[in-house]
Amino acid sequence: MRALLRRAPLAASSLVVASVLAVAACSSGGSSGSSGSSSSSGSGSSGSSAKSGLKVFVIPKNLGNPYFTTADSKGTGGAIAAIDSLGDTGTETSGNAATSASQIPAIQAAITKGANALVVSATDPTALCPTLNGAIKRKITVVTYDSDAPGCRSLFINQASTAAIGTSEVDLLAKEIGDSGEIGIVSAAASATNQNAWIGYMKQELAKYPKMKLVATVYGNDDPATATQVTQGLLEQYPNIKGIISPTTVGILAAAGVLDSAKYRGKVQLTGLGTPDSMKKYVSDGTVKAFELWNPANLGYLAGYAAADIAGGSLKVKQGASFKAGKLGSFTIGADNTVLLGPPTVFSSANINNFNF
Amino acid sequence: MELEDLRTRLRAVSRKPDNLRRVLRWETGLVVVVIAVAILGSSLSSEFFTANNFFNLTLNNGEIAIMALPMTLIIISGEIDLSVESTLGMSSALLGVLYLHKLPMILIFVIVAVVGALAGAVNGLLVTRVGLPSLAVTIGTLALYRGIALILLGPKTVANFPATYTNVGVEAIPHTDLSWSMGIFIVLAVIFGIVLHATPYGRSVYAMGDNAEAALYAGIRVKRIKTSLFVISGLASALAGVLFTFRLNTAVQDNGTGLSLDVVAIVLLAGVSIFGGKGSIAGVFLAVLAFAGLQNALLLTNFNQEATGLVTGGLLLVSVFVPNAAMFVRYIRGVASRAARRTPEPALSLPRKDT
Repeated sequence: MRALLRRAPLAASSLVVASVLAVAACSSGGSSGSSGSSSSSGSGSSGSSAKSGLKVFVIPKNLGNPYFTTADSKGTGGAIAAIDSLGDTGTETSGNAATSASQIPAIQAAITKGANALVVSATDPTALCPTLNGAIKRKITVVTYDSDAPGCRSLFINQASTAAIGTSEVDLLAKEIGDSGEIGIVSAAASATNQNAWIGYMKQELAKYPKMKLVATVYGNDDPATATQVTQGLLEQYPNIKGIISPTTVGILAAAGVLDSAKYRGKVQLTGLGTPDSMKKYVSDGTVKAFELWNPANLGYLAGYAAADIAGGSLKVKQGASFKAGKLGSFTIGADNTVLLGPPTVFSSANINNFNF
Repeated sequence: MELEDLRTRLRAVSRKPDNLRRVLRWETGLVVVVIAVAILGSSLSSEFFTANNFFNLTLNNGEIAIMALPMTLIIISGEIDLSVESTLGMSSALLGVLYLHKLPMILIFVIVAVVGALAGAVNGLLVTRVGLPSLAVTIGTLALYRGIALILLGPKTVANFPATYTNVGVEAIPHTDLSWSMGIFIVLAVIFGIVLHATPYGRSVYAMGDNAEAALYAGIRVKRIKTSLFVISGLASALAGVLFTFRLNTAVQDNGTGLSLDVVAIVLLAGVSIFGGKGSIAGVFLAVLAFAGLQNALLLTNFNQEATGLVTGGLLLVSVFVPNAAMFVRYIRGVASRAARRTPEPALSLPRKDT
């Protein structure tokens, strides 16, 4: 007994070692699929003129976010579907939190693993730049989608024009609340590039509605619990609030959950960016009248396609250049090396059942 | 009786060889873990032992490692500081705001250091002078300092710091593959190691963690030393905040969110007892290697990234469970032998109710 106890730390370490090895077993099992495909594509690359068999890493802001799962997955027809259709290997990786400190190690690991192209939704416009510029120096193609890092990528796939999203959401809400009353915004992280750009345009658009007053912008950090909490706080602090705009899928869902009660339903309007599947319940019970979004799977598909094309050498990035992106048709590279996906779709009880993502 | 009791306790506190033996054994275990992680990493990825990967590994964990040093002393002393990530965030926000106001960089560093020390002092004074539990106090300031960061910076992001400073995120220390933050950690680890293991100050930290009351009666200035530990923690977190900001070239109010738990995880993995009184800086050094190596190895494989929390969390649980399981069994054994001998003897290793 005594001897056993004295060896406790060694026993602990052997436990740890055992668990480490178990993890190794799991992960090598999990990775066998992708390593198999990369070796097979290596032999297949000799035939075609543009290079294929490339390793493309899709790096969303964080993992476990349904929006990015839709944008990236093969099953939804997202980024990895596009990459695979070109004979390349697509892998999704990122950190668990939507912060640059969590995303950067995943980017570094992708570079270390020999990536040919990175498809990145930037958690921060500048923080990723040292890492992404390091990738560019190694001739790795960097394409951003959803959220841009303007100083350190070759192409940005813009889901919708920033101005159109910001202004159209204010217009939607104005129609619902009769152009007057206090409104609030439930945003994601305080530093999110796209959120702040949209909010900027919302403020501009609000000048057209002198009776509407933006009383507060709160930050739910794209975390359901936090978003719920800040929405409740907003409603308590401003009891006269008439409408809420949440330009983030996590935020609007949490806000809808808060408003889904007799106290608020019909009295406080909610709009913003949401996915049809998650919002169906709230549209059918009348909590939410209308909201909008682009198709995230198409966004991911376009980004994956463009990244693989650029890395393979069949697309040169310059303003005015056109390319065909599989099922989505033709696109043209615009100013600042940006490609626009198209106008957002407005979802309401009239059309929401036609969509499935 | 009272005096007799005290004397026994004090004798036990100064029973160094036993402590040393125990600690060395834990570290032997950690060396095994570090080697296992290295073997795992290199067998799963040929890139694991490359200079570039080593640089990334040290780059991503430098700030956590720096904050783990004062945290080690604080936990050995029987307290905890969960506010470090928010002190980091507050320092980052302060650095950003002051940089926007175009203050000279040296002056900014001084102000950030002073504010970091003050943040630590608030924790320390609330714990020692008001007598509140450090767990509650630092959960409070965890929210409070993050709130101050949000007030300072709001939704703004301050970027484009001078390249002289942001190079800490890009360049290694010349002639090495070590990030600047990890280099600073190593220097600080040596200093902390000497202070903890070879000075009266360090010995009193152990003594008060083993038994605060006994330490007090032995003439150790428990309150003053604990306060100083929190101040040092605040300073180290401020330094980590500056390094974090320059590494990411971004000052934003949510910088560092969630790091406190990583810091505590490393300290506990290092074999520092959560109940105080035990631990070493060498253990912390090894734990940093094991923690950073494991996370890096998991990233290099196609291991499901969502599940990395399982691995680090499991590691933490094992490192807390095993020594305490041993402690519990030892206590039972002590009770049994005391019952046999019928001579009362205080159970030293048991968690204390208060400080």
